[in-house]
Parts: sequence; C-alpha cells; structure tokens
Amino acid sequence: MLGSGIIRGFIETARNFAGSYCSRERLTTIQYPEERLAQPESARIMPFLVFDGADPKAGLRCTACTICEQECPPQCIYIIKDAVKKPDHIGKMQMQPKVFDIDISVCMGCGICAEVCPFDSIKMDQVFELSSGERFNTFLLHKEQLAKPNEYFRKLHPSDAAETDARRAEDKIKAEAKARAAAAAAAAPKPPSSPKPGPPPKVPAPVPEHAEVAT
Amino acid sequence: MSPLVAVLYIVGIMAVFGSAFALTTIAERKTLGRMQNRFGPNRVGPFGILQPMADAVKMLTKEDIVPSSADKLLHFIAPLVLTTPVWLNFAVLPFGDHVVAARFDAGLLFFFAISAASELAVFMAGWSSQNKYSLLGAMRAIAQMISYEVPLVLSTVTVVMMAGSLSLTDIVDAQSSYAFGWLARWNLFTPWGLAGFGLFLIAATAESNRSPFDLPEGESEIIAGYLTEYSGFKYALFFLGEYLGLFAVTGLGVTLFLGGWHAPVKALAWAPSIFWFAAKFAALIFVFIWARATLPRLRLDQLLAFAWRFLVPLTLINIAAAAAWHYSAWWGFQGAMATRWVLCAAIIGFPYVWLGRSLRGGSPALRKYTYAE
Amino acid sequence: MIAIDNDTEVKQELLEVSMGPHHPSTHGVFRMNVLLDGETVVKLKPVFGYLHRNHEKIAETNSYLASIPYTDRLDYICAMTNNWAYTLSVEKLAGIAVPPRAEYIRVIVSELTRLINHSCLAGFLLQDMGALGTPLMYAFREREKILDLFEALTGSRMMHNFMRFGGCRCDLPPGWVDGAKTIVAHFGPFLDEFEALLTGNEILRARTEGVGVLSGALAVSAGVTGPMLRASGVNYDIRKVDAYGAYGKFAFRVPLGQRGDVFDRYMVRILEMRESLKILEQALRELPDGPVIDPKAKLRNLRPKPGEAYGRIESPKGELGFYLISDGGPTPYRFRVRPPSLINVTILEDLCLGHSVADVVVILGSVDIVLGEVDR
Repeated sequence: MLGSGIIRGFIETARNFAGSYCSRERLTTIQYPEERLAQPESARIMPFLVFDGADPKAGLRCTACTICEQECPPQCIYIIKDAVKKPDHIGKMQMQPKVFDIDISVCMGCGICAEVCPFDSIKMDQVFELSSGERFNTFLLHKEQLAKPNEYFRKLHPSDAAETDARRAEDKIKAEAKARAAAAAAAAPKPPSSPKPGPPPKVPAPVPEHAEVAT
Repeated sequence: MSPLVAVLYIVGIMAVFGSAFALTTIAERKTLGRMQNRFGPNRVGPFGILQPMADAVKMLTKEDIVPSSADKLLHFIAPLVLTTPVWLNFAVLPFGDHVVAARFDAGLLFFFAISAASELAVFMAGWSSQNKYSLLGAMRAIAQMISYEVPLVLSTVTVVMMAGSLSLTDIVDAQSSYAFGWLARWNLFTPWGLAGFGLFLIAATAESNRSPFDLPEGESEIIAGYLTEYSGFKYALFFLGEYLGLFAVTGLGVTLFLGGWHAPVKALAWAPSIFWFAAKFAALIFVFIWARATLPRLRLDQLLAFAWRFLVPLTLINIAAAAAWHYSAWWGFQGAMATRWVLCAAIIGFPYVWLGRSLRGGSPALRKYTYAE
Repeated sequence: MIAIDNDTEVKQELLEVSMGPHHPSTHGVFRMNVLLDGETVVKLKPVFGYLHRNHEKIAETNSYLASIPYTDRLDYICAMTNNWAYTLSVEKLAGIAVPPRAEYIRVIVSELTRLINHSCLAGFLLQDMGALGTPLMYAFREREKILDLFEALTGSRMMHNFMRFGGCRCDLPPGWVDGAKTIVAHFGPFLDEFEALLTGNEILRARTEGVGVLSGALAVSAGVTGPMLRASGVNYDIRKVDAYGAYGKFAFRVPLGQRGDVFDRYMVRILEMRESLKILEQALRELPDGPVIDPKAKLRNLRPKPGEAYGRIESPKGELGFYLISDGGPTPYRFRVRPPSLINVTILEDLCLGHSVADVVVILGSVDIVLGEVDR
C-alpha cells in the first residue's frame, strides 16, 4: 500500500527522537572542548624524542643514526650529527644529533620512524591541538621542543614504555656483568704456559622487534 | 472594530508570528538534530535559544550582492512581494474565542487568493537574477506551486460543504459541540475529515516548499534554485516569507480540521482558547519538521505526477465520501456509526489503493535478490 | 534558452551546465560537464584530476615500506584494503609468506572496512537524494564504533598504515576481539533499523528504481568491478575467484542484482554488509594464535628480485590492484594502481543519458567514487 514504507520511516525517526532524551546510544555527540574522548594507547599524531633522567641533552636516547630520516615517507626529519660523542645507557659511546628538526606540517603521522628506530628514542606523541596563528616558525620543531622525558612516554604509552624500560634495564645488567667479567679477567694473574684465553663470548644485544641493527 | 483594536491585532500578529518564526528556526534545527542523534545548536544562549538572534545579526551584516546584469527593480521587490501579502493571511484566522482580526463571509476564499499572490514573487526572483540555475529553479517552483494549489483547495471543499459557509469562524463554530458528551466534534474525527486532513497536509508541505517537496530550493544539484543570487537580508526575507506562509497554512489546517480553538475533550475546555490553538499549531509544525527529517526528496516529474494523478482524484473522491457521510446522518439503527465509517472508508480506500498502484506502475513487490555461493 | 527566429520555427538551445568541482554532493572535487536539453541529459563529460597528488611517481622515489602510508590515502575511506592490495603485490613480487594469524586479522579488518565503506555509501546516497542527513547520521553512528576499534588497533582512525610485507604491523591489543564481537553483534539490528527507515520507502524506490540501468554486458566490457558489476547480475567477486588470504576458509554468499539500476546497487551493498557480518563472526571465532609477522622479516631495505607482479583484492569499491615492476633496487621501477573508482566512473555518461539532472547526482552517488582513488 502506498505510504506504508513512509510510515515505517516516520516511526524510526520518532524512535530516535524519543531515544535521544533517554539513552546515550541515541545521542552520540561529545561536546568538545568541554568533554574529550580518551585517546587509546596506540594513538599517533606526530613524533617526539625521549630522554632519560632530567637532562634533555645528556639523556637523549637518539644517536643520530638517521634511520628515521631515511625511512620517513614524506621526508620531514632533518638531522645533522654532532662531532662530540656521548655515552648511552650501557656506557657505550654513541653519536648524538646536533640538529634534529621535524616539520610537523609535512609529517603524516604514520609512525614508521618510531617503528624502525633501533634505540627506542623516537616515539609517537598524542597532542593534536597544534594549530597556531603564526605560519612560519611554529611548525618546524627543533630538538629542544621535541625532547620529552621518559615519564611522559610512560604516561602516554604504558605498555610500550614498560617493555622498553625492561629491555633497557636488562641490557644495562648484561653490560655491567660483561664489564665485571672483563675486569675480573684483566685482574686475574696470567698462568705461564696455558694458551691465551680467547676473547669472552659476546652477548649479542637483543634486537627490538622489526628493527635492524644500525648499518 | 475600533482603530485601536485593529492596531492591537496588527501589532499582536506581527509580534507573535515574528517570534514564532524565530522560535521555529531554532526548534527545527534542534528537533532535526535530535532525530539525527545529535544536539542541535546549543552554544548561543541556554539550549541555543538565542541562535535566531545570532542568525539575524549574520544576515543583516552580510554584503548585499546584486548581479550586475540583473533586473534591479524586480530583484529588489521580489522578497517584498513574497513577504507582504503573507501577513494578510493571518487576518482571517480565528486564534481564539472571538479573537479574529477580520470576520469575512468568504474568509477561506480570501485566504487562498492571498496565498496565490506569493507565487508570483518566486518567479520574479528567478527571472530577475539572470542566472540559468535560478530560472530553472523558479520554473520548477512555479510548476510545483500551481500543481499543488488544486489539491489544497479541493481538500478544503469538503469542510465548506459540511459547515455550509466559507467563513472561518463559522467553520470553527460547526466543530463546537461534543460527541458522546466528551469528545470534540473536530472534522478530523470523521472519515472525510481524516482523509481531507492528510491530503491537506501533503499539499501544504508542497505549497511551502518543504521536504519532501523542496526541489526548488534545497537541491543538491542546482544550488539554491531561485534563491541563488540573494544574499544577506533579502535571503532572510525570503525565509521569513516562506515560514510565514507555512504558519498561515498550518493555522488554516488547525482551523478547518482540528477544531480551531476548541479543546479536544470537554473536561479541558476551561483552558484559554488561544492556548489550544497554539498547542495544535505547535503539534502540526512538529509534524512538518518530522517529515523533513525523514523523507528524501521527490523528483520534479514524480512530484507533478503525484499531484495530478493521485491527490486531485482523491480529493474529488473525498467530496463524494463527505456527501455519503452527510446523507447517511439520519441512519439510526444499531451500529449505524460503524457502518457509516466503513462505507466512507471504502469510498476513499479502494481508489486510494488503486491510484497508488497506478502511480507506481503496477504493484511492485520488494525485489528478491539471488545469491551466488 | 528557447529562441524563436523569423519564420517562427522554435529553435532549442542546449544548456551546458558544469556541475562541480565545488559540489553539494559530497564525493570530493569532481566535475561533470553536462549538456542538457530541457531537463534531460544529452551528453556528460566527467572531468577529474583536481585531487591528483602524484602518488605513483612519489612511489618510484620512496622505498617499498614508505609507500604503505601513501596507499592509505588512495581510497581514504578504506585504508585497510588499500594496504592489503599493496602488500599482497609486494609479497607476490618478493615471495614473502604470511603467517595464518595475520591472514585472519587481515580478513577481519578488511571486512570491517567493507562495513565502513558501505555505511558511508548508504548514508551519502540518501543525503544526495535530499534526506537531509538523517540516514547519514545513523550510518555514521555505527561507523564511529568501528573507527574507534581501528584507532585502538593502529593508532589512527582513517590512515591505518597497518599491514606490512609478510603480515601486520602489530598484534591485536587485549580486549579488541571482544570489542569487535560486540560491534558485529549490534550491527545486524542496526541494519534492520536502517532498512526499516529506507528500503521500503516509496520515495526512495521511486527515485532509484529504473534509474541509471547498467547492463551486465556493458559492465563487463567497460571493466566495471565490485558491487556495481554484481548489481548488474554478473557473478564476479575476487574473494571467491582468487580466494586470496584466508577467504577460502569462510562460508559466505555473493548477492547479485537483476536490473542493474541504482536501487540494485544500493541493495547489493546492504546485502553485502550482512554477508560481511557472517565472515566476521566466523573469523573472530576461529582466530588462530601465533605471530602476526615473521620475526625475521625484513622491514627496511627490501630489494625484491627484478620482475613484475600484479596483486589484486576485492576492495569495497571494486577490484583494487597494484602492478609493480622491480629492477632489483630499493625503490620500484614502476608502481601502478588500478583504481576501481576511476574505471567504474568511465561509464557515467552511458548511465546518465536520457535521465534528468536530478538523477545524475543519484547515479553518481551509486557508482561510489572516492576522488583520492580516481585521481591518486
């Protein structure tokens, strides 16, 4: 009969109208900025650099290996290596970046830089209210603006940070054990005619998932 | 009527319906929003009540752009020609017990004559804009409005027949008694009144260019139709004129079919009559908004076919049903009322089904789909 | 428009209207030059390229890994299926195997993407017809739940960047499978509600039945694929033909239309959504354990041996294929996308001839194009 489909449509709309006063299911608006949706742990907007401890320069995990710069699809990362080296968390001397710029107006937030970094030093931030009134200077972020402490990383990505911290702590323990073994071997008196002991077996540093050792 | 009372009526009508216009815009947006699982505007003022003020400020401060090749005089007066006669419509509507600005013997006729004047403005707007889209839109609008005048008028013929007068106050008086001691004798509670009301509503939606008949204005294809070249306050005037037309025709519907200012049940007749008119008016406006939220748009040829091949024959058959109702009023046997209802429903019902089928080219069942594995 | 010359013969001028690129109909920057005789369409020329972003050329200078986020942005509503088509091609080219858990996860996210896309289509088609956004809002209400799932999994609602060569980027977070099962359970009743609002609606049927009829023979010869082809009655679904990924393991049917008009295209998509729900239920139930990618898989510096490969999948819009030629280097020699939206839109003129202007918009809506894919 002509009109029956239309009547059913009216009933449907009326149900939604009445439902919008009763249930949240039928009124799904989140009134931003008074209410905000919580972002899930994996949310990614743009990158930031992690530093350990309190000093952003000394604790910066980045070793300027430039893997992220090479893999970045729109090529928004710009790195210049520093001639001065600094020790990392296991005491090994590593290079550091003198200049580390990210142009966040070019960055597409894909997260590939965080995925390929072998040193857990660049991770994805979740801040999205980035608009600015000024066109030229606010969207090129430098090392100082990008560096954020490990506590921030832990707050943003709890399970990722827990795994990273555990791994780095284990590395540190292994490195210290190795150093102690090397010191003990150096301090022990050499037996006269025994063959020269071979070098202690190298414990390979555990490689993070999906990353290659720096080439 | 003394000049003071006349002035009071004029000022009152303009104030009341002007603010009704403002309230309706915000109520429409919020109701549409609620039907679409979202809030409507709720930032300007509590619950968005001051949104019309913001809209008014916006409209007033916009630049008034007139195309250089447009016909300046027609372009300027088109919104005025639309808006001015519409106010006259309210003169004959009885808002309450003895609250009517002008008692005409042919009030209904006056109403339809005035509402036809606004159609000219649509064409003036389309023609004077010198724009292909506007012209196309204006021609469609004219075709639609002329086609739907016929069922609009014809659906009211039954009411006039039964009341025996063209005067709106007489029509309201004819619905004044209470059947069974408690239920009002609205024209809606008769089979011909029910059908007539339905037909009236459909024709009124088309006359006011509202969804699902808003092809001339809200198109996604031809921009805004005849309104394309209007900006700022003239655009606001067009909207004012359209909404006032909607209010006028809603008021007419309330008067003719819903018993005007009478209460629905005798027990509630102590409430002021203006309140009842306003309540029914608001309910009808809600129905229009509801239809806008639910239904997609009809294409022009389907729209015209619907008017001429479905609505007009049905309105004529409705007249026959009303006659049958009237001439069987003297039946007094047991179950006479039920028989009369069944008879009139059959007179309207069978042609409805048959016309509905012919409109859709046969009686197409919902298609069945095959599946491949 | 009508010019009467001296010997009172009525000459009709044809009206040329350019619909777009700023369109109230929400398909992107797309332009149609329409030649009208009164209200009927006499000629129609689609003009596109307003969203061309050099995807294929950029891919020639970027590594294989770096092209994955760019494929997200092709058909930006269906990022997962774009990723899958590309990774399928590279896996064919380089001979990389995919573990079973990853295959199941790929099927799950692709079918969820199909739900997203078809909801968008249903909503936008009705929006074009003037239903003022009400069905659109209902469809998007459900779509939002799926997008929240994707955000929890991949970090982004639309640009997922999820698949890698040999599997997926990361495993499902805890509670994701339950969330997906809840959504799948609620989607069926939502579809019933949606159909109650729309499918029997006389106005919808009057606007769409008999409009834009595409015959099966013309569709096949024009290279049309996807729901548009199946609505014309041709039984061709790459999920059944190629049985790529884990699709061979699921029982589902392929809905076919008869008349090939707009209503059939709309209904075939609604029915496909129901079939997707069946696949999702089965996949979520039978999800195997294991790694989501080979732990020794090479992420950086992939250099496939010289050769070529064409990998195709049934994306929600049609057959999405990537043709890759490798010369042994770190970047592809040629990267070609077979965009289903573009190939489907080439017969727009044949569909619209003889209809009125109001129908052109509805027909374009039923072809279901996304300009990111048409223009790349």
